Amino acid sequence: MTNHWNDLQNSDCILIMGSNAAENHPISFKWAVKAQKRGAKIIHVDPRFTRTSARSDAYIPLRSGTDIAVLGGMINYIIKNKRYFHKYMVEYTNSSFIVGKDFDFKDGLFSGFDSKTNSYDKSKWAFELDDKGIPKQDKTLQDPNCVFQILKKHYSRYTPEKVSSISGVSVKDLELLYNTYTATGKKDKAGTIMYAMGWTQHTVGVQNIRAMAMIQLMLGNIGIAGGGVNALRGECNVQGSTDYALLYHILPGYLKTPLAGQDTLEQYNNTYTPKSNDPESANWWQHYPKYSASLIKAMYSEDTPEQGYQYLPRLDNHKASVYSWIPLIDHMYEGKFSGGLIWGMNPACSSSDSVKTRKAISKLDWMVNVNLFQCETSDFWKGPDMDPEKVKTETFFIPCASAIEKEGSVSNSGRWMQWRYKGPEVFGDVMTDGHYFHEIWEELKHLYEKEGGVYPEPITHLSFENMCEENEHGHMEFSARKTAKLCNGWFTRDVEVKGKKFKKGQQVPSFAYLQADGSTTSGNWLYCNSVSDTENKAMRHDASQTKEQANIGLFPNWTWCWPVNRRILYNRASVDEKGQPWAPKKAVIKWNGSKWVGDVPDGGWKPGTKHPFIMRKNGFGQLFGPGRADGPLPEYYEPLECPVKTHPFSKTLHNPTAVQVEGEEKAVCDPRYPFVGTTYRITEHWQTGSMTRWQDWLVEAEPQMFVEISPELAKLRGIENGEKVTVESVRGSLWAIAMVTERIQPYNINGTDVHMVGMPWHYGWVTPINGGDSANIVTPNVGDPNTGIPEYKAFMVNIRKWKEGDN
Amino acid sequence: MSGKSFFVDLSTCTACRGCQVACKQWKKLPAEHTRNVGSHQNPQDLSSKTIRLVRFNEARDEDGKFRWLFFPEQCRHCIEPPCKYIANMYTLGSVIQDEKTGAVIMTDKAVIRKGKLEGWEMCPYNVPRQDKDTGLWSKCDMCIDRVEMGMLPACVQSCPTGTMNFGDRADMLKLAKERLAEVKKTNPNAYLADPDDVRVIYLCETKPENYHENVVASADQRRTLMAGVSPSKTSRRGFLTALKNKA
Repeated sequence: MTNHWNDLQNSDCILIMGSNAAENHPISFKWAVKAQKRGAKIIHVDPRFTRTSARSDAYIPLRSGTDIAVLGGMINYIIKNKRYFHKYMVEYTNSSFIVGKDFDFKDGLFSGFDSKTNSYDKSKWAFELDDKGIPKQDKTLQDPNCVFQILKKHYSRYTPEKVSSISGVSVKDLELLYNTYTATGKKDKAGTIMYAMGWTQHTVGVQNIRAMAMIQLMLGNIGIAGGGVNALRGECNVQGSTDYALLYHILPGYLKTPLAGQDTLEQYNNTYTPKSNDPESANWWQHYPKYSASLIKAMYSEDTPEQGYQYLPRLDNHKASVYSWIPLIDHMYEGKFSGGLIWGMNPACSSSDSVKTRKAISKLDWMVNVNLFQCETSDFWKGPDMDPEKVKTETFFIPCASAIEKEGSVSNSGRWMQWRYKGPEVFGDVMTDGHYFHEIWEELKHLYEKEGGVYPEPITHLSFENMCEENEHGHMEFSARKTAKLCNGWFTRDVEVKGKKFKKGQQVPSFAYLQADGSTTSGNWLYCNSVSDTENKAMRHDASQTKEQANIGLFPNWTWCWPVNRRILYNRASVDEKGQPWAPKKAVIKWNGSKWVGDVPDGGWKPGTKHPFIMRKNGFGQLFGPGRADGPLPEYYEPLECPVKTHPFSKTLHNPTAVQVEGEEKAVCDPRYPFVGTTYRITEHWQTGSMTRWQDWLVEAEPQMFVEISPELAKLRGIENGEKVTVESVRGSLWAIAMVTERIQPYNINGTDVHMVGMPWHYGWVTPINGGDSANIVTPNVGDPNTGIPEYKAFMVNIRKWKEGDN
Repeated sequence: MSGKSFFVDLSTCTACRGCQVACKQWKKLPAEHTRNVGSHQNPQDLSSKTIRLVRFNEARDEDGKFRWLFFPEQCRHCIEPPCKYIANMYTLGSVIQDEKTGAVIMTDKAVIRKGKLEGWEMCPYNVPRQDKDTGLWSKCDMCIDRVEMGMLPACVQSCPTGTMNFGDRADMLKLAKERLAEVKKTNPNAYLADPDDVRVIYLCETKPENYHENVVASADQRRTLMAGVSPSKTSRRGFLTALKNKA
């Protein structure tokens, strides 16, 4: 989230699209309802009428996977009807930048496309620079090559009629959506977006969000109270897991994973440290070398940053098609791994194409599953279609402490780092994940020391003691509090920074004090400022606030938020060049003549001296975004499995850069699989259900795998409400209980009824008895080219009455 | 009139079922064995093991608008509770009314021979349920143990959206009336269900039968109740007074 949960209450229009917030983020509705009671409108755009729709002022159905058509149409509407916030768009976004002559767009493809590798040469999308190396601008927005004109041309193709014909949203509903939402383009109005996996889990996932970010920039909705682009994180700590890089392509703090060929720390830093020649651009990532050196120093305290860098693993590239989840499982399936630690997850149910995933696990020689309870992954060898005698995988199940049996921090969607204390004692000899990791490291170190091996230093030099404390037996053991201190970072020697003297061992007060010379550690530069010498700010529960803060519901002394306790990101865009808020009644920050009041400003410089988007090299919000794998502007493509042969925007049917596995069949306009399938979550269960399916009260409320279909589809297939049915795709089949409901309606796509089949993915064969199995049995191995996230939300299936012999 | 009351604002309920589960957790009530019968609602009805149930209904309202309606059903804690008079006729001390809060509580004495009495015969909202094995009648007791300790009832504590409210009756009535006035601005069909007779005041957005058959006390039900005790009386208050006198 650029903003935070409480801030939803400040909105004038809440668009919920790509999310079922009321069901999957129940507490968000505390704030959404507050806004609604104040007169705000809630609009829900979704393939299904859900509990969110029930509480919205308007519900607008769309065919799953067609969001970019609808959002592209909104951009067209904004430009045609001049609904943009003109001054904000001109001054704070790159609308005026001149795009270089190499940029082109033809029939669904941007310039620079290489059909052999299905990837783009992004250098073709670069901006034109002046003789100082600063992007050229035309603030009249008239230059035909300026971003605004390119946008205008690109999205003029997204007419309401075309958008309607492919998305199934009526022209009337489009007008309602566009008119209501773009009314927030006024300077004192705020519109916000609540999205989740309904947007990310597509082969155009990143571009769905890009499209909305562009809308928010045009309407001047970023940086303000009640605005922003708000990703609703499904897991209480998924924000934290991203910040700490539980992904292949980044290190903690969104630093890049080093690549082969980046042989020295200097080479690595030079590659990823952006340079701006514009004195008004803060270009915050210019500090990259300080953050990388401090991270390395946190990991390898006895080595110099340059030496420690040598211990970091290298990738060949950052391509999702090579390193993300789908290729990982494919490699496993091909027998390219000998063993696997599958930790805190249940891929036998959560991974796309569960049948393939379960077979892939069986190709391992050994597998360790660390989990709270036995699940379909730990027990895969005795699951459906497995012959335990033939499965070679030696399988271990290690139970671990649950969240309430240990202490530590979680970072919520609003970036608040909140401390949780230990509740009950763990059961038996069970330990926390941190303790297990430490023991594994101790054993590896011991083995390297005893037996030697190739390049042992990355393990033997690791400063794991930085995250440990001595226990009552005199042994070092994992400590969450010590780890939190390390994440903030400390000085490794006596040093003077910015005229202040610091002693070795003192905590670094904020990331502005981090150094590139090895004199500081910081496990994650974004969290520097969270733990001082005297307090762990994640533990703060102080509701005090100033009058300005109270006005927009900011609680700066309640826990802590990255970066440097700033609650609303890009808040310098909420004020004009004199530091005066666009919306005085809901001011986030304000220059009072001598200092900023309100939230922590996005840099303390005087008003009008720096461009507000300080994390961008040039300091501007990116309407034109030349950094993504699939193009600088969102463009409409069908899901990789879809019910149509053509769409009205180009002859390029699918995202040409999408992640896919060569040779795997896909159903496109395949009469065997005529219905759009989608998957989702419900309030009562959690992810694969590996925790909630053991909870009687939750199983009582949602006991069995179900499939929601419209009365029309039920009639077509002769299905009765409550009856057992079979859902099948190219990849597999499963049974479910049919829920026939008016909440689902066929979509009118080019005059034809297209039906949808919707399923939760919470069930699995281990428990409860007769609960059913995972919906991922039918989902495809295709994904977004930037993130690799599978397209769980749109694929093709068939549904029919269940018969004896079916799964 | 003093004591406590609930205000249940159905216009903000998201059917998260936090209240349904929190109730079972506090009351240590076991889960029932259910199956999906083509609806998200489960269990299908109140029971001695499920004294609070979020009902799900799909319906069209007065203007033809499609609605998915959620009705967290519980004992209404009537100001003059018929169950108290009727159940106590079978077994004295079955039902008591807490003086301070007004909570209507079924005690462990509420064991009545099976087949003698139906829920709808003593409750205009058909809420109490009898345990099939022990014959014990039960229902919500306003979490009287929590309330006595200054805590909120478990269902109210768990509610994320402000649907469930609990407090002094005058405050709840005021809150209910204020909220009704607000909701009526956009929905003139909104109303409070039996606010003068009960301590659980629902704000409804559409006609009662769209939510569930017993959202408001029906005339039929009332007549049936009366027939059993005092056929000559017609008003609810008169009926209850008669019951009182009888007792």
